[in-house]
Amino acid sequence: MALLEVNDLRVTLPTPRGPADALRGVSFSLERGETVGLIGESGCGKSMTALALMGLLPDAARPRGSVRFDGTELLGLDDAAMGRLRGRRIGMVFQEPMTALNPLHTIGRQVAEPLRLHRGLSADAARAEALRLLDQVRLPSAAQRLDAHPHQLSGGQRQRVVIAIALACGPDLLIADEPTTALDVTIQGEILDLIADLVEARGMALLLVSHDLGVMARTVDRLLVMYGGSVVESGPAAAVFEHLAHPYTRGLFGARPRLGAPRGSRLATIPGRVPELIDLPPGCPFADRCGWAVAACRAAPPPPIEVEPGHAARCIRLDAIAAGEPPHAVGPAAAQAA
Amino acid sequence: MAVDPSPQAASIEPVAAAGVALSSTSAKTPLLAVEHLVKHYALPRERLFAAAPRVEALRGVSFTMQAGTSLGLVGESGSGKSTLARQVMALERPTAGRVTLLGRDLNALSPAELRAARRDFQMVFQDPYGSLDPRQRIGRIVAEPLAAMAAADARSRVTESLDAVGLRAADAERYPHEFSGGQRQRIAIARALITRPRLIVADEPVSALDVSVQAQVLNLLQDLQQQFAVTYLLISHDIAVVDHLCDQVAVLYAGRIVEQGSPEVLFRAAAHPYTRALMAAVPRVDTRPARRKATNRKPVAPSIRVAAEGVPDAGCSYAPRCLWRQALCGEQVPALRAIAEGHRAACHFAEQVMRSAQP
Repeated sequence: MALLEVNDLRVTLPTPRGPADALRGVSFSLERGETVGLIGESGCGKSMTALALMGLLPDAARPRGSVRFDGTELLGLDDAAMGRLRGRRIGMVFQEPMTALNPLHTIGRQVAEPLRLHRGLSADAARAEALRLLDQVRLPSAAQRLDAHPHQLSGGQRQRVVIAIALACGPDLLIADEPTTALDVTIQGEILDLIADLVEARGMALLLVSHDLGVMARTVDRLLVMYGGSVVESGPAAAVFEHLAHPYTRGLFGARPRLGAPRGSRLATIPGRVPELIDLPPGCPFADRCGWAVAACRAAPPPPIEVEPGHAARCIRLDAIAAGEPPHAVGPAAAQAA
Repeated sequence: MAVDPSPQAASIEPVAAAGVALSSTSAKTPLLAVEHLVKHYALPRERLFAAAPRVEALRGVSFTMQAGTSLGLVGESGSGKSTLARQVMALERPTAGRVTLLGRDLNALSPAELRAARRDFQMVFQDPYGSLDPRQRIGRIVAEPLAAMAAADARSRVTESLDAVGLRAADAERYPHEFSGGQRQRIAIARALITRPRLIVADEPVSALDVSVQAQVLNLLQDLQQQFAVTYLLISHDIAVVDHLCDQVAVLYAGRIVEQGSPEVLFRAAAHPYTRALMAAVPRVDTRPARRKATNRKPVAPSIRVAAEGVPDAGCSYAPRCLWRQALCGEQVPALRAIAEGHRAACHFAEQVMRSAQP
């Protein structure tokens, strides 16, 4: 049995224009020790998926489907039970380390809090354990830092503290939502390496949420590409990067500026823009922006189609794209919009 | 031992801008000249009778830009990138040094003259949500820079400006909330263009945008440069963005330029250890990604909070993090000196760093 099994997860959110589907049937599983990345642009549902797994959806959201963690169904679990699970068996790291930490409490107290709460350690034992954890996340001069407040630390150091808190109770699953987006590029590499090392050493599972293909490439084994509330491509990271099977994956890859590209070259862009959740078409969510779309794409949501064993994409034109069919122009109205 | 005997001469030497056909006149007077710029900020006093501590945000920055070129400033937070932008925009007075635009020293102008001069330099900010007033229509937002210069043809200028960034004239009647992030950044660019400026300072113009939208805005900036021959001073933490858009890159570290050259040169033959570390840290996507295990990892420079604790009083600012560090580095500040044609670096051992694969 997989550690985490997400089956046909759907989340409906109320909007001023009526209920909108933020997630439309997300399914995946995560084994112990496996690292999986959720990638996509704003509004694709990647953070919503992470929030649903942690039981942190907005109150008005209505989730359906199933999220099973080590055999326990998480959807519909009451707050107290979810609270016991969170922090102890599921660790979380968020994007902005300054807001994730309490500015009024010392670092030592904040790292010790889950240890006292979940593991019932005494104040002294928790402080000693907190120091060990801060050493483990390679916080420089950790012993002096125990009594420091968050504002006395740099962004990278704060993120190390947040990781120490997430790891305090030895979770089985670490969920990291854009953990390095707020950090400098040199620090970003260190934090990603730190997370990768800790995941490997502890045999944890990692769910990494990011919009950055480069971050994914160096961190995860398997990749889920999300668009319009569904997983449009999933497979081993290397295979996804090699085939770029789904037109959206291809678009994301081409739009990224690359170091060392010839001077004056233009970036490939994806025509149109991400539709509002409520305006998503009934068929393939990407059809209106896709250069390979045909009438059948707009008729029904495409099923996952196998590219290779373990690698699938929700696109009915995979064969044509792989055969090198050139994309056609996408509607002028769509191309005009930024 | 390659220590430049005349650091002064080296640091004011104009760098030949790549990728621009230099006419004889533009080669003589640069569009923008920044000379020995120093900016200190006083921090709150820690004790009543103690001297107020200060941060040396810029510690002698010099560069020149020819019209129609683009210079990218990269560096980590606290390196002084945004401070430099504020001095160039004359939003703050530098502690020492000069900013000369089109031959005029910006800090020597009277307030009225400065206001009139502002038509020549405009700014685009990072956050397209925070930089547009939500209660004003697009037409008014875009026309705002004209208010200082009493332009009679404001309406047609707005239409022209919106057209240049790919928006419709009718969009002038709408409000910012009706636009996506990418479109808002287009509006911010239209506002900067309306005075037909010679220089646009863009502080992280695409970092708040999604990848696909970012590509559209970068292409737009590229098109506008060809169309209007505008000069860009681009600040970005993303080296790939700077590489894409700029023909010169200056790497800032702790308030000093530590290396400057074309992106090709920096990409292939970085001569400063910090530039090397920056380049190595950029996450790459190739078709065969490999997870970086602890065993096959190259040594990386330890991170230190630059502004607060990492900058030593004497010697090279980067020395505490540097893998090539030697005794001299703790004693002498390395001068920014020419390493090759159009390539400057501030490292005592630049030639060695450039040649060696590993420290």
